[in-house]
Formats: sequence, structure tokens, C-alpha cells
Amino acid sequence: MILVGRGGADDLVVRGARVLDPGEKLDAIVDVRIDGGHVAQIGERLASNGHRVIDGAGLLLAPAFVDPHVHLRTPGREDEETIETGTAAAAAGGYCAILAMPNTDPVVDTTDVLRGLRARAEHEAAIPVGFTAAITIGQAGQQLTEMGELADAGAAAFTDDGRPVASAGLMRRALEYNAITGRRLALHCEEPSLTRGGHMHMGAVSAELGLGGWPSLGESLGVARELSLARDTAQPLHLMHLSARESVEHLRAAQAAGVEASAEATPHHLCLTDEAVRSLDPNLKMNPPLRTADDRAALIEALNDGAIAAIATDHAPHSREEKDVPFEAAPFGVTGLETAFAALYTHLVQPGLVTLETLLERMSAGPAHIFGLDRPRIAIGAPANLVLLNTGATWRVREERFRSRSANSWLLGEKLRGKVLLTVAAGRVAYEA
Amino acid sequence: MTDLHVVPGDLLPPATPERRHLLSIADLTRDDVERLLSTAHSFALSQERENKKLPTLRGRLVVNMFFESSTRTSSSFELAAKRLSADTLSFKASGSSVDKGESLKDTALTISAYDPDVIVIRHPQIGAPQLVSRVTEAHVVNAGDGKHQHPTQALLDLYSIQAALGRLEGVHVAIVGDILHSRVARSLVQALRLVGASVTLVGPPPLVPAELGERAFEIDAIAEADVVYVLRMQRERMEEGANYVPSLREYSARWCVTPERLRPGQKVMHPGPMNRGVEIDPRVADSDAALVVDQVRAGLVVRMAVLYDLLTTGPVLVETAMEVA
Repeated sequence: MILVGRGGADDLVVRGARVLDPGEKLDAIVDVRIDGGHVAQIGERLASNGHRVIDGAGLLLAPAFVDPHVHLRTPGREDEETIETGTAAAAAGGYCAILAMPNTDPVVDTTDVLRGLRARAEHEAAIPVGFTAAITIGQAGQQLTEMGELADAGAAAFTDDGRPVASAGLMRRALEYNAITGRRLALHCEEPSLTRGGHMHMGAVSAELGLGGWPSLGESLGVARELSLARDTAQPLHLMHLSARESVEHLRAAQAAGVEASAEATPHHLCLTDEAVRSLDPNLKMNPPLRTADDRAALIEALNDGAIAAIATDHAPHSREEKDVPFEAAPFGVTGLETAFAALYTHLVQPGLVTLETLLERMSAGPAHIFGLDRPRIAIGAPANLVLLNTGATWRVREERFRSRSANSWLLGEKLRGKVLLTVAAGRVAYEA
Repeated sequence: MTDLHVVPGDLLPPATPERRHLLSIADLTRDDVERLLSTAHSFALSQERENKKLPTLRGRLVVNMFFESSTRTSSSFELAAKRLSADTLSFKASGSSVDKGESLKDTALTISAYDPDVIVIRHPQIGAPQLVSRVTEAHVVNAGDGKHQHPTQALLDLYSIQAALGRLEGVHVAIVGDILHSRVARSLVQALRLVGASVTLVGPPPLVPAELGERAFEIDAIAEADVVYVLRMQRERMEEGANYVPSLREYSARWCVTPERLRPGQKVMHPGPMNRGVEIDPRVADSDAALVVDQVRAGLVVRMAVLYDLLTTGPVLVETAMEVA
């Protein structure tokens, strides 16, 4: 089992919501009854069987979300996030499953660390969570981890996220060897000699602000290398947090050539451009950086046609003292679990750039498929993984409302449309607004 | 005992002017720039008198926070505040709690507890003045943040050009040298555009970002300009092994501003500190064409104008300045 954490056997009836599951070709105003944590019946005027009844009139009931890219900061930086607070934040964002990154202290590079995390998650996690393990020991890019043992111990995927595997030779070896694990390699693509000293996208805005540039080529050169290696070794791979048009072009070419390559994009790259960095707000500093309107358009296009099949938040909590510094001194990373749906609904669905169906698919079935997880679905007999949304409600993003232990959100103070009202994860009500 | 006769309106505090900072030239309009230059001119007249002190900002507090070395900027801000009768407090990072690991935010909060009217900050990191402006009630003036901005330098440069040439509109300025690492160049390019002057950026390709404006790699390009503005190679801001130029020897052979590369009538400016023999020939630095000392003098009156403009409203009249003197 890749996912660990509390499931449940809750009973519930949601009455009269628009029930939308693109994967099941379901779009109707009906009742859904959950018996013992499983979807028992879908239809009109269902008997409540004595269950708790939630009035869903005017609301949207959809498969809950899956986030393949979350930093839980545990072990090592529990002041920034814990398994408990990170998964509570995920539940509040409508997620029923998340994958945690291994760039912790210590790094998740041994079965001992992995087993320890999984044991803690059994008790602490608000929703099921999977833990990824590192590709190289200490993420130092020198020596492969015991990938076979780690996979047997439940590693959800392998990644050195936060940094690239600098050596092409070692990356090739990792791809070859990973054939025994059946898990994805998830790659952070970056050519360090091009991104050293970079604080934002290299372009007109960085030239004007004087900030060191992190060029698109710093990512796309890495993307091209990894895709070439995947093609050469005939192994699948997953590209994390794509940000540049050139990267998307390499991805499309590889997919067309038959490489089994998947990719994710983040809400911040899908919603913002480097123009936002003019404010010098450290909550707009992330790696890879925000890019141009043209790059953003390429990401949205790829999201729409499925070249990019997953939305991942890259939820990266940082303490207040780390971010309350000059832009140039601030670490990379922003939070995103609790705002992802609303941000994307507001910035992509409302202006007509992406349909609601596509958004729901890329936040749920897409990432689940890539990482070999069961697709959350609204179908009789399926475990209840549901999110109840009010797409008519607006709310203001406020620091004190976050369940995350950190508040380094790029959306602080912004008014968003689309609110998560209820999350059911693995049959348990994990969040209620 | 005399009865106090209180007129209700007398006790109301003066209307708070809209709180403004000077963080970037991008915050200013052409009107703002022209108003500041004309205010600076009024103050220049006051500086010709024997008693150079004006009572204008009596009782106000100007704090200078310098986290990076400075000669001209820190001394001229301090003198500008004193000439306007403000109290000054100079805070230097070394020898302070910064050495004990105090964060910029905490230092700014500590200084703010004295209710300063203006905080002048210089810091090696881009975004430091923005951070201070988020945590203090004082007006914040950016006296240089990393490679980003140095707005009062650009204003004093405009003032010097106007004084030397009698105009700004249509003036052609060639900026020569390490543009990439220069906050002076970034501010100046914006300021020159704002007042209708034109700019050519000249230097080695890796040090002249294409996005900033028209550029030329050959030093001959300075021949077209009315003003040649020379910049220092900012080796302290270059990463180890970055190889922006192969050597300083090759740099000065190709881009040093020498008497032979200038034509008569051209003015030469430099924000200092100069590396004589690297980017500027000593014969040029010491010639009549050089406005370097005028720039320093302009720095005082322009910074007086900036402080005045932040703490009062409306333009200063020459008569007013003379009268209060």
C-alpha cells in the first residue's frame, strides 16, 4: 500500500448537489448516499437510512483531489509543518490523498526513516498520505538509494525534489534501475550552472529589478536531458512543476515519440507571471520561478489538451522569520493546499480559460493515474473520496484561517471564488467548513 | 493663573499627508521629478548664504540605516537633514545588534520605536527597503538596495545634467561599463526616460542587459552622446568564476574612458567611487569635462529636497526658502 493514514466508515447522504465526475461520465443533480465509507447509492430522493443528511442544493459534489507534490517538512522542520497540520490543510483544500516530498532532515533515503514516517502518519494524518523517497542518498547526487527496499517499504515514488540529479550518467542509471520498483521517478529539472544566483525568471522584469535571473533554459535544458534519457532507456518518468514553454515543447515532442512522460504544473505558475514579482513580496519567490504570460499560456494549453495531466501545489511551507526578509534573502517556496481549487477556479475557470471538468480531472484522476493510485470516483461501491464545493461563494485569504502551520501564501489578502465545504477522504469526513 | 482659551479646532492634529516612500524611480511621475529638481534648486540658493541652516524640519527625526559601506550617500543624507534642522540618528550595521544576528525586520521595528519621520536605508539585498516600509510608519527612502535601485542618485544626476547643459529633454547620455550589477544605471535609465532624455548603454555584452534599452558594445558609441556616464566594475557583486570579462586588463583596454575617446564639449559623470585607470582615465577624471564634484554637491540639495518633499506638501517657493532662512 502506497497510502497510509486514517480512513473511516462514515455514513452520509448529500442531497440535491450537482454531482460531477468526468471519469464516470456523471453530471446530474442527484442524491449520493455513503454507507460505511463507501458510495452506496446514487439517485433521486434516496432514503437517508438514518444517516446524517447534508443539503447540497446549489452545490457541487466532485471526486476529491490528489496532490502529488507536498512538503510536509517532517522530520526536521516541524515548526513549519507536520504530518498533522499538512494533511489537515490538504483536507481543507478538498484533497483526499497527497504525496510528501523526501527533502526533509534527515532525507527520506532509508527504509528506517520511511517506516517511521508511515507509522506516524497512521495516527496523525487527517487524510491518506504517501511518502516519496530520494533517488540519491542525502539527495547529494552521488549514490543511488536502495530503491528496491524503499519501494517494498512503501515509497510512493522517487524524487530528489528541490534539486536535480546533476550527473546525466547517474540519472540514466536511476531510470534503468527503477524498472524493478514499479514506481515513478519524479524529476526536478534544473541545470545548476545556468540558475546559480537566480532569484526570479530571467527576462525583462529581472533586468529592470536587478534580480539575478533563473532562465527558462535552466529548466528546459534539464527537461530535454531527462526526456532523452527516458527515451534511451525506455523508462517512464514524471516532470515536476513545469514552468516554461520550451519545457512543454520538449514534453510534447517526447510524448509524440512514445516516451511515457507525464508532467505537473502548479497553481501559481498557472495563475501568475513574473510581472507580479515587481512588488518584491517574498511570497512570490519560488523555484522554478514565475515566468512570462507566454509561458503561462503554454502551461494552460498543455493542461487543456492533457500533455500536462496533473496539477500539483508544490506546497512549500516556510516560517515567518524565513520569509520576513528582503526578497533577495528569502528562500524559495509558497504554500498552496488550502487555496488551490479557489485560485484555479477564480483565475482559470471563471475567465473561461479552462473548463470546470478539466480542472477537476487534472486535480484528481490525472495525478492519481500517474502515480498508480486508485482514482477517486463517485461510483457505487467505490470508497468515498468526495469534495463538496460552493462555486458561488467568495472568500478572502487570511493568514489566521490557515490550518497549515505556515502562511507563506501568494494569495494573502486576495478575494477568491470557490469554497471547499466538505471533504470525505477514504470514507471519513476529514474536513467541514 | 491664566485661563487657557481653547478653540476646538486648534487641538486637532494637522491632516496627515498621504504616506509616501521613495523606493524606486518607478514610483515617480515626470511632475514629481520636476518638482523635486526645482525644490533642490531653491535649496541650492539657500546654500549660498553664510548661514546655511533652514528651520524647515525642526523637531523631525531622520534615521540613516546603512548596512553597506557608503561615503557620499550617507554623509549627504546626514548633512541634508541637518541643514533642514532635523534631528539625525545614524545607524551602522557593524557594531550594532546586527552583529548579534538581529534581523532587518527587528532592527527596523527597534528604530521605529523612536517614531522617526524618515528612515533612509541602504542594504545589499534587493527588497530590503520594501520590507522596512511594510513594518514602519516612517517614510522610507531607498539609498541603494543591491542591484535594484538608487533613486536619489538618479535625481542628483538629473540635477547635475540640467545644471551643466541647461536642459534634460533631448539630452543623449551614454552609460558605460558594468550595467548589469548597477543600481545606479537602473535608476538613471528610468529617470532619463521620464524626463525625455535618450540613453545608450555601452560595455561588454554580458554586462549590458538587452532588456534595459538600446545598447552598443564598441566604445566608439560614446561619441554620439552629450554626457558620458561611467560606471565602476562591481566586482563585489559578481559570483565567483562568472567570467563576465576575461580580465580587467582587457576591459580597460577596450572600454576605459580616455581623453582620446572623448570629443570636445562632452561632459563626463561618475557616481563614485572611481577606479582610476580601470573604467576612467585619471586625465578624464581630473579634467574640466568631469562633473564628479558637481554631482556630490548636487547630492546634498537633492536629498534636502527629497526629505522636504516627503515631510511637507506642495512645491517650495524660492521666496519661502529664503524667508525661513
